Amino acid sequence: MSENETIELPVEIITGTDQPVLEITDLYKSFGSQEILKNISLKLYKGENLVVLGKSGSGKSVLIKCIVGLLKPDGGTINVLDKNVTTLNIKELNELRQKIGFLFQSGALYDSMTVKQNIEFPLRRIKKGLTEKQIEDKVHEVLENVDLVDSLYKMPGELSGGMRKRISLARTIAVDPLIMLYDEPTTGLDPVTSDEISSLILDVQKKYKTSSVIITHDMKCAEKTANRMMMIKEGLVYKEGSADEFMNSTDPYIKSFSM
Amino acid sequence: MNKFKPVGTIKNFATQQTVRLSNETFAKKKEAANFLTHIADAFLFITRIIKETFSGNFEFREFMRQCFQIGYKSLPLISVTGAIVGLVLTIQSRPVLVDFGAVNLLPSMVSLSLIKEMGPVITALICAGKIASGMGAELGSMKVTEQIDAMEVSSINPVKFLLVTRVLAATIMIPLLTLYADALGIFGSWIGANIKGNVSFTLFFAQAFGPVEFIDLMPAVIKTFFFGAVIGLVGCYKGYNAGSGTQSVGQAANSAVVMASLLVFIVDMIAVQITDIITS
Repeated sequence: MSENETIELPVEIITGTDQPVLEITDLYKSFGSQEILKNISLKLYKGENLVVLGKSGSGKSVLIKCIVGLLKPDGGTINVLDKNVTTLNIKELNELRQKIGFLFQSGALYDSMTVKQNIEFPLRRIKKGLTEKQIEDKVHEVLENVDLVDSLYKMPGELSGGMRKRISLARTIAVDPLIMLYDEPTTGLDPVTSDEISSLILDVQKKYKTSSVIITHDMKCAEKTANRMMMIKEGLVYKEGSADEFMNSTDPYIKSFSM
Repeated sequence: MNKFKPVGTIKNFATQQTVRLSNETFAKKKEAANFLTHIADAFLFITRIIKETFSGNFEFREFMRQCFQIGYKSLPLISVTGAIVGLVLTIQSRPVLVDFGAVNLLPSMVSLSLIKEMGPVITALICAGKIASGMGAELGSMKVTEQIDAMEVSSINPVKFLLVTRVLAATIMIPLLTLYADALGIFGSWIGANIKGNVSFTLFFAQAFGPVEFIDLMPAVIKTFFFGAVIGLVGCYKGYNAGSGTQSVGQAANSAVVMASLLVFIVDMIAVQITDIITS
């Protein structure tokens, strides 16, 4: 690395002093006879980035889908902003979801809408009091944040994988979420674009003061974005600790992710 | 030397047969349970759509977009099929009517056939192929690519935005398409009548609509609303409940067409029976 290059670091968080914005206790989820999550517990503190590592099929995506109520856990509690997701009715759950941003692995952009319409779609429905001018300004603001103002009238089919992820991120942050959930944000992207997405995750953390759970198996993304890390293996928490502890670990299973 | 043990052999055979029968019974029971689960799912799905339709915050822009997709974009197909049905019906019926000296009944026979049965059923079948499969494939692909999940996590009700608008648009546009197909069919019939004969446009239409009464038109129009609802519901149900993976998108589209076409015939049969009871 040259001397002129600046190193982006996640915002420093002192955990344990604040009430967690997300607290999962003894989460259990199975599909039929297949146990996916076996008593997972975690805490996410205000303003921090928690990276959840694990190999494919370890239950990482199931974990964040349970957090946002897309999947119903078989056991355990999920407290998000002091509300237990597992006991909320659909109205209360929708109110809570307005404070949570979810970046899907595939981007999940609406195929039949332009980039502008994609961003406006949740904005118009969640922030109901906004004027047309405010909506337009917000769309421009979030597109500037992801450096894709030129793509305003493009259809999702005209965008590359990295652009789709960035637009999806823009759509998610447009409604000012307090908690961000990233599902494999760098999967399927080249190293340069992966690095750009990791930088964007940090930008979002700094600018919007979000607390984030980042699901990944990309150690470079994890190293760049994490305040804290957690590894899941066979549905159980294998290790939890700081980013440095993970990077310097001699555990062969953890080291295998860096290769 | 192995001793033949008849009791042991019979016992083994009986055990094998018991196991086989028990497995078959279990499989049949599972099949029956799956079928009942599907029926219950479909019932809950329809209930939810009806509930969401009247729960306020109607997605009017999306509804209009769907009306455009279902109605306007189906016009070329409906025009061609409607006109051809009228033309073919006339050409094939004419020789028989000539033999009986009843060729002057041709316009009214064709118009009644088209208005009461052929127009609604053929339009519904064409729409089952075009619209139900389109809905099944589009919603199935949205499900596979997590677009429906993305709506849910944004606290947007996908049932209201995606399904209610589509079902309502199909329910309203299919009757209109049917009336359009009827009109084109009668026009096609006039062309057919002029291939071997010579009848003026005014006279043909006067003869075609002369015997048509309100009681002929109303049941036919009412049943097309049900055709539309069935097509919309089946397309949405199959697409919304598609599995994961691209293969399920194809399956959703395919089963939507088959199920919608079958249900169109069943609804038609029920509608004819009810009309018969009311009018007799």
